[in-house]
Amino acid sequence: MSLTLQDVEKIAHLARLELTRAEKAQYLEQLSAILDYADMLNELDLEGIEPTAHAIAQQNIMRDDVVMPSLPLDDVLFNAPQQAQNQFLIQSVLDE
Amino acid sequence: MDYLSLTEARDALRRGETSSTALTQAMLDRIVALDNDLQSYLTITDELALEQAAAADQRRANGEDGPLLGIPVAIKDIISVQGVPNTAGSKILEGFIPPYDAFVVQKLKEAGAVILGKTNTDEFAMGSSTENSAYVTTRNPWDLERVPGGSSGGSATAVSAQMAFAALGTDTGGSVRQPASLCGIVGLRPTYGRISRWGVVAFASSLDQVSMFGRTVADCTALFQATAGYDPRDSTSLDVPVPDFAAGLTGDIRGLRVGVPAEYFIEGIDQEVETAVRAAIAKLQELGAKIRPISLPHTRYALPVYYLIAPAEASANLARYDGVRYGPRLPGADMIDTVKKTRALFGPEVKRRIMLGTYVLSAGYYDEYYGRALKVRTLIKQDFLNAFEQVDVIACPTSPTTAFKIGERADDPLNMYLADIFTLSVNLSASCGLSVPCGFDSKGLPIGLQLIGNTLQEATILNAAYAYEQATGWHRQVPTLTVQD
Repeated sequence: MSLTLQDVEKIAHLARLELTRAEKAQYLEQLSAILDYADMLNELDLEGIEPTAHAIAQQNIMRDDVVMPSLPLDDVLFNAPQQAQNQFLIQSVLDE
Repeated sequence: MDYLSLTEARDALRRGETSSTALTQAMLDRIVALDNDLQSYLTITDELALEQAAAADQRRANGEDGPLLGIPVAIKDIISVQGVPNTAGSKILEGFIPPYDAFVVQKLKEAGAVILGKTNTDEFAMGSSTENSAYVTTRNPWDLERVPGGSSGGSATAVSAQMAFAALGTDTGGSVRQPASLCGIVGLRPTYGRISRWGVVAFASSLDQVSMFGRTVADCTALFQATAGYDPRDSTSLDVPVPDFAAGLTGDIRGLRVGVPAEYFIEGIDQEVETAVRAAIAKLQELGAKIRPISLPHTRYALPVYYLIAPAEASANLARYDGVRYGPRLPGADMIDTVKKTRALFGPEVKRRIMLGTYVLSAGYYDEYYGRALKVRTLIKQDFLNAFEQVDVIACPTSPTTAFKIGERADDPLNMYLADIFTLSVNLSASCGLSVPCGFDSKGLPIGLQLIGNTLQEATILNAAYAYEQATGWHRQVPTLTVQD
């Protein structure tokens, strides 16, 4: 078992997920099994092997720095759960 | 349905035998009659479809023509169509209406295709059976007790059951090829970057690719041709020429070098699948291809590499679902609590992958898991580059088994992940791949032959599949479905 319940709780907090007790127990078991399976990669000697982040690497894709039309404000705010004064409305983040 | 394939329907439109409005209405009627049982569509855009059909008929009356003009198609519910709900199969996007069209949808609209609706998917395309949808369970048209594969299972079932002439999906680890195999149709996963991902809900950005289904190779090719091309809004989109793929379907594969990788015929593969795929390879030889054994030595590492990289990318991509700009919001004591409660709307598989991805990217574990997976990805990619120095096409099974029963693997994530064992490597490398029907098992369930090509060599695998299809005719077999009155 490569994970502990404390690990699962810490990961859930980092991922901003509220989990039930049953979910925590289930993920502890399942994530451990998946990570144990991934230990197979330790068989390989990876000395000097470069990592591949993309199938086809492209670098420094530039576009012309010109003003383009953007979505109308109404369209942008249409899907917001709460809005006010043409902005997304959320709870206060900083204490008074 | 009067016309078996997109190509037949297009020819009928050209001859003036039918209209787009008539084809579209027939498809909508068939969806009403069948989809209660099959559950392939999440949204049916009947009004939009009939408007588009009328517009296509007008364009044709004005002398226009085109391979997709007036053809009814389906779109996976992870690709944005302006003004139509886009759920990605998730409760966290319930009620979300995209304010713009995805690049591929823009292209389909320009080509005059008719959009019938949005099809079911595993939540955020994470799954191999479409059972992870938060909404409905899609059925396999060949056996309603079985899964259609996934994650693009809704699109696969729709095309297989003739409730669309072709359909778009996405393929991050096999999500179009595997359901194509399980539903007895053609599924193409083009090279990464061949088609813009703009307007497609992101799962794993280095692996995601818009992909397509058709009953025949030519049908699939028509949809591919219409959607391929450079888009400056997706910085991974490739600015390369797009060949005339339809013109490349000659059916002549004499001298084609076909490699058969030993690592894809392993223990655990269904015996009937192996027999059918080997027979298909023999047929390619009969058609003039040169068969040779090859090795892709790092094949067995593809599964763990994929299940470290894809969740890592997913955990970053899905951080945006915080209940601020779209989707529902479940209020908590403070903002962080609100975000946590809202994100509890993700389903079990998505949460599992976010957790896994967060862990392998976290301080202290990054090198051990994620960093190591990226290096092994290099070895897998190199395997393919080496193989493509010796052969033009790699032939192997698409899926180790035929369609499995609904619920059979739902509680065992690792066992479910094995469904993609033969498709993942294409996404990890710079290859393209397709699945073409190559027979049935003793239960009458379809089997798929996978053909893999080198970077941007879609024309090569499409022509090989076309030659095989024309020589065998599996595409003419359709599932027997009882239409309810």
